[in-house]
Amino acid sequence: MSRAAILRKIESATSALQSKAARPDYDAAITHSASKLTGTDLLEVFSRNLQAVNGRIMRSVAELADFLTSNNLRHGYCDPALYEHIGAPLAAAGLTVETAYDRSRYDDYQFGITRASGAIAESGTLILDDVHTSRRLAALSPWVHVAVLDKAGIHRTIADALTAMGDSPNIIWVTGPSKTADVEGILIEGVHGPGEQIALVL
Amino acid sequence: MFGTQLIDEYARHIPDEKQASVLNGASAGTEKRYQVLHKDYADPDALRRLAGSIKDHTLHHLGDYLTQAEQALTARGVQVHFAETDADARQTILGILRDHQVTRLTKSKSMAAEEIHLNPFLIENGVECLESDLGEFIIQLDNDIPSHIVKPIIHKNRREIANTFLREGVAADYNDDPQTITRRARVFLRKKYMDAQACITGANFLCADSGRMVVVTNEGNSRFGMAPVPLHIALIGIEKIIPCEQDLAVFLNLLGRSATGQQLTVYTEFINGTRSANQPDGPEHMHVVFLDNGRSNVLASNCREILRCIRCGACQNVCPIYRQASGHAYRSPYGGPIGAVLSPLLFGERFPEFADLPKASTLCGACNEVCPVNIPIPDLLLRLRDKAKRASIHSPAAIPMAPFATLATMPSLWRGAMTLSKAMNHLPIQVTPIKPVQNWFGQRTLPPSKGGDFRKWMKARRRAQQKS
Repeated sequence: MSRAAILRKIESATSALQSKAARPDYDAAITHSASKLTGTDLLEVFSRNLQAVNGRIMRSVAELADFLTSNNLRHGYCDPALYEHIGAPLAAAGLTVETAYDRSRYDDYQFGITRASGAIAESGTLILDDVHTSRRLAALSPWVHVAVLDKAGIHRTIADALTAMGDSPNIIWVTGPSKTADVEGILIEGVHGPGEQIALVL
Repeated sequence: MFGTQLIDEYARHIPDEKQASVLNGASAGTEKRYQVLHKDYADPDALRRLAGSIKDHTLHHLGDYLTQAEQALTARGVQVHFAETDADARQTILGILRDHQVTRLTKSKSMAAEEIHLNPFLIENGVECLESDLGEFIIQLDNDIPSHIVKPIIHKNRREIANTFLREGVAADYNDDPQTITRRARVFLRKKYMDAQACITGANFLCADSGRMVVVTNEGNSRFGMAPVPLHIALIGIEKIIPCEQDLAVFLNLLGRSATGQQLTVYTEFINGTRSANQPDGPEHMHVVFLDNGRSNVLASNCREILRCIRCGACQNVCPIYRQASGHAYRSPYGGPIGAVLSPLLFGERFPEFADLPKASTLCGACNEVCPVNIPIPDLLLRLRDKAKRASIHSPAAIPMAPFATLATMPSLWRGAMTLSKAMNHLPIQVTPIKPVQNWFGQRTLPPSKGGDFRKWMKARRRAQQKS
């Protein structure tokens, strides 16, 4: 009932218009941030922009193991598909790594390691989708989220990433750690999601 | 000039502390926005104009795009509802919640939900409905209302928040360190997310081509709210539609920068269906409620450009009236210039109640300059003033302004008044026994009158031009 009424009202409002705005034709280049896109190596551009939003870039499992142990983050989750190359070496370094996420113990996981389906160089954004990311919660509840990224999946611009969205029903772009400035405009990281966002590029 | 409008009355009694919070928060927002837009774009105005024209195109073809979005969503198993009024939307949402036996849920920040007063309604009907954005959570604890579109607690300081947390049992002791406040909310709210049975969100955009809605947050609260629950309900104003996903490159780049001075908001979530088969987290049921609540009437009005709005709050930050009066002075979820236009339009039959808002502007044009979709807000304010005048809505300024109107239409009288005005420089007008005049001067100082100087200068200039 509401549907028909709303559409009727919209129709009467728009049919009364003397002229209707045409769909503008534009080049996506107008949306590019020149200052963010300097450089040709996409990984380099991505890393620079990720660091600008307080994210971290890591290039080896050893580097990740160092970071976790030196920050006393000893218990975490790893996507089973990544266990062999990432989870197992971390376990060997003395960390506790689970391949199943038990939601009743959501606060036990200090780090979560999942796959990213891609990234955006222009903004330092990691792309997670329902198919590549094994568990949404494992990428969200731990203090540290490690997104494992394949270099080939880096899009140059936001516009490029939008033309390659695919058909996953749920995609999320993550641009740095969770944050707020609600209290007196002061920036605080780690509000509901991770306080540390890491891209691990092997 | 001597009368008092509701908004003036509010602004006059705003506590100093609150006003300082609003002024500081708003000014900082304007500064950040300017820096980030101009650093990244040689011509940010070109991008703003483009965004405005994409929105205009969509609004002028809204029926087509709305049905296209509906079809795309339905094809992906999303149940689509339409709500003509606020009451329809509330009942529709309550109906869905009852079908799923939901008694507790989390809600991520939504202006549309504020507009229809969804929270109190659901709570009255036995549904625990918890705001999960940090600012909105604090607003809810205080039984307050948001005073800014993106910074709901811009009017509060850390001491008030620390006291609230102590009073409401979120914290065991008083601590006003912003980091501690945030950590305490983190611990408190994640229990609620995990325990909830549903999540209600708004949407920042909805792409007609794919049905993908876009929900942006910096905190990750909507992501966390949706991940553990089986039911997601999105309440979406019909004006949120854009033609296609590619257009998001324009809008996302403008939204983050205009709202918070960020290139992109931290979490930008694209949703057009329930979770994938392989994904253990995320809703199995999804409903979209399209909200009209006066929007189609605005579309039919001569102020339809206001429907381009993407709710960034940049016009609030920059507005000299908002900065002094605060968002609460506007008496609706929408404060500042956007509210001064939207509230009188949206709440149709209550127009007289909000007719003072379009007058709460110096027409300085700053709101138009910062608007990411280039809404000509000052023009719209004038159209609404005209509407109020035509509807014969009482204006406290009408009587004192009448002599001025007469003066301004009679050149000889004007000349005389100009000369006389200089005499006022020597009169102790502040100590006049007339009460309204005293009030007026109590808050203002007049610059010395230079009556007639401009006319003299102009005459001399003309003579010089004629000679040469």
